[in-house]
Amino acid sequence: MTKIESLDALKKMREQLRSEMDIRENSTHPEDLPQIRVSMGTCGIASGAKEVMARFVAELQSQGVAAVVTQTDCMGRCEAEPTVEIALPGKDPLLYGDVTPDRVAAIIEHCIRNGEPAEGILPRSAFAE
Amino acid sequence: MAQFSNYILVCGGTGCRASHSEHIITALRKELDEAGLSDQVQVIRTGCFGFCEQGPIVKTVPDNTFYVSVKPEDAGEIVREHLVKGRKVERLLYVAPDTGKHVADSRHMDFYKPQVRIALRNCGFIDPENINEYIARDGYAALGKVLEMQPEEVIKEIMDSGLRGRGGGGFPTGLKWKITREVQADQKYVVCNADEGDPGAFMDRSILEGDPHSIIEAMAVNGYCTGASRGMIYIRAEYPLAIHRLEVAIAQAREYGLLGDDILGTGFSFDIEIRYGAGAFVCGEETALIHSMEGKRGEPSVKPPFPSESGYKGYPTNVNNVETYANIPPIILRGAQWFSSIGTEKSKGTKVFALAGKVNNVGLIEVPMGTTLREVIFDIGGGIKNGKRFKAVQTGGPSGGCLTEKHLDTPIDYDNLLASGSMMGSGGMIVMDEDDCMVSVAKFYLEFTVEESCGKCTPCRIGNKRLLEILDRITKGKGCEEDLTELRNLAGVIRDTSLCALGQTAPNPVLSTMDNFWEEYVAHVRDKSCPAHQCRDLMSYVIDPKSCKGCSLCSRVCPANAIGGVLKQPYSIDQAACIKCGTCMDKCKFGAIGVR
Repeated sequence: MTKIESLDALKKMREQLRSEMDIRENSTHPEDLPQIRVSMGTCGIASGAKEVMARFVAELQSQGVAAVVTQTDCMGRCEAEPTVEIALPGKDPLLYGDVTPDRVAAIIEHCIRNGEPAEGILPRSAFAE
Repeated sequence: MAQFSNYILVCGGTGCRASHSEHIITALRKELDEAGLSDQVQVIRTGCFGFCEQGPIVKTVPDNTFYVSVKPEDAGEIVREHLVKGRKVERLLYVAPDTGKHVADSRHMDFYKPQVRIALRNCGFIDPENINEYIARDGYAALGKVLEMQPEEVIKEIMDSGLRGRGGGGFPTGLKWKITREVQADQKYVVCNADEGDPGAFMDRSILEGDPHSIIEAMAVNGYCTGASRGMIYIRAEYPLAIHRLEVAIAQAREYGLLGDDILGTGFSFDIEIRYGAGAFVCGEETALIHSMEGKRGEPSVKPPFPSESGYKGYPTNVNNVETYANIPPIILRGAQWFSSIGTEKSKGTKVFALAGKVNNVGLIEVPMGTTLREVIFDIGGGIKNGKRFKAVQTGGPSGGCLTEKHLDTPIDYDNLLASGSMMGSGGMIVMDEDDCMVSVAKFYLEFTVEESCGKCTPCRIGNKRLLEILDRITKGKGCEEDLTELRNLAGVIRDTSLCALGQTAPNPVLSTMDNFWEEYVAHVRDKSCPAHQCRDLMSYVIDPKSCKGCSLCSRVCPANAIGGVLKQPYSIDQAACIKCGTCMDKCKFGAIGVR
């Protein structure tokens, strides 16, 4: 640890440290934020859901987007794993299928930042409901 | 850089540690390792969450799942079910007593809903041993802001906020700082009073354990405002965890140059040392505290001169309580207007209470001033244990008084509590139910003050002892009606003539129980009976001959051989031999034994 020489240095340090607390800060008011739920059943994990989740967390931070990423149980769409459900505040959730890590950036860009549906939305089936 | 997507917050407060929360942390880390999640999930040891009744508490983030009464062997299930598969472990969730349903998110629990956390803002949220987490939550930003202001401006802000001393007296904090600032001296001191001594109170300890940097920062702000370059924290040696966290925090602050010479390149220098108290209650009184730090006997002295004028080694000394300090950084960052918008007309902000006694949710809470006792005890506290009836609540510790049912809807603030015959005190709240004898309660508190009296002044040393003797007599059935008059007179004299607040307030529990439960005192002296059946000398166990089947079980379990009789005929108790242990009543299968 080195000495903080000035008030500006303290402010800069705070900005850097703050992003590491984002996940905890956002969890105190999750209803105001986009919710990203990664399906983590055995099927999801086998298809790479853990990597997808890690990519979401990293990508949100690098794009500076506030959202809550959680894992959830199998959503019943095992044929399209990894599946990710995205719910914007006050809107119905959309379910994305075959989400590979390299599609994550585009989904955040379209679906969360611009609020428009991205490609790969799975229709809601009676089974999934 | 490793990027964590989940956090597991585990309570590292004294209460939860006593229930093996350290083992939970070790077990969680081991399970995460085995599941290959160590680089995605971080386990953090936080300060107290407040819900001590349900400890140890484990909370997962970002989904805010609040697990209660967790055991080390539950770690595997939490990792495998919750973190790997995203399924909440239902059996570890809190069950709402009214609906019987599981509540996963602490924000939806009755215990947390009415709370507003200012002093406890970081407790149960950050790792108290990591200065970076404190800085990330605007830590030391208040100090940075203050160093660009004039001390007078800062003091005005504190005065405008309406903050009053949280140690009990309720003296306006800003005014204290102003007085200390205006005294001319080449050396001044800033002291943090962490000598928390009320039975059942743990507010200050929890703040020091959960957010030690907030105290360090506020003391530095105080030093800048009053012109002091040295700070001292007077803490009782019985708080080893709080001391450890403070030591770690002070070392980290020094490394970052947030304590020491030329802080943040502004030329302001300030440093803090820890002084240990030996656990004398009277040392919470500021003059006694200062004498103890000077290496003298922990005895109070006459005020004036006030410590602000002549304190530690004769230099101006500003003494504030832990919780008072914890409020300072938010006031500076969010403004006096914000702070004064919370609370009542003369008591601003929030107050932390340690809720204890016969209440369902024992724990640490923070509510806006003006919250009623009913909200605290019945909404947050979840009502009285085992469905018993509420009888009284003691606020203000041994210096305070008992409040009863008629006070339940009084908004809690400094002035209302004083007007009701009690006081705010440091924030201990002991709830009593119908089984508590109020004469015995008064006796209990008086035993404490008699033990803790330093003996310097006569009214406190001898007067309180006499009070205790009278109470003892009354609870043994040897009191007379004149004793009640004598109690009142003597209590009045002690209150008016004692040197310090310890003596002046020691008779409060007696006076307030006499005011509110006069008929109980009368029953003890006139009828020689204890309505709550707590005073052993005033009660007797009796066997109802109609219900007794003569099974002889009571006779066999009685340790004093006080019960005799013939099989299949009613038994009887020899009152002279009975030691009133109650075993016979517990064991009787026919409910034939009662207490009178």
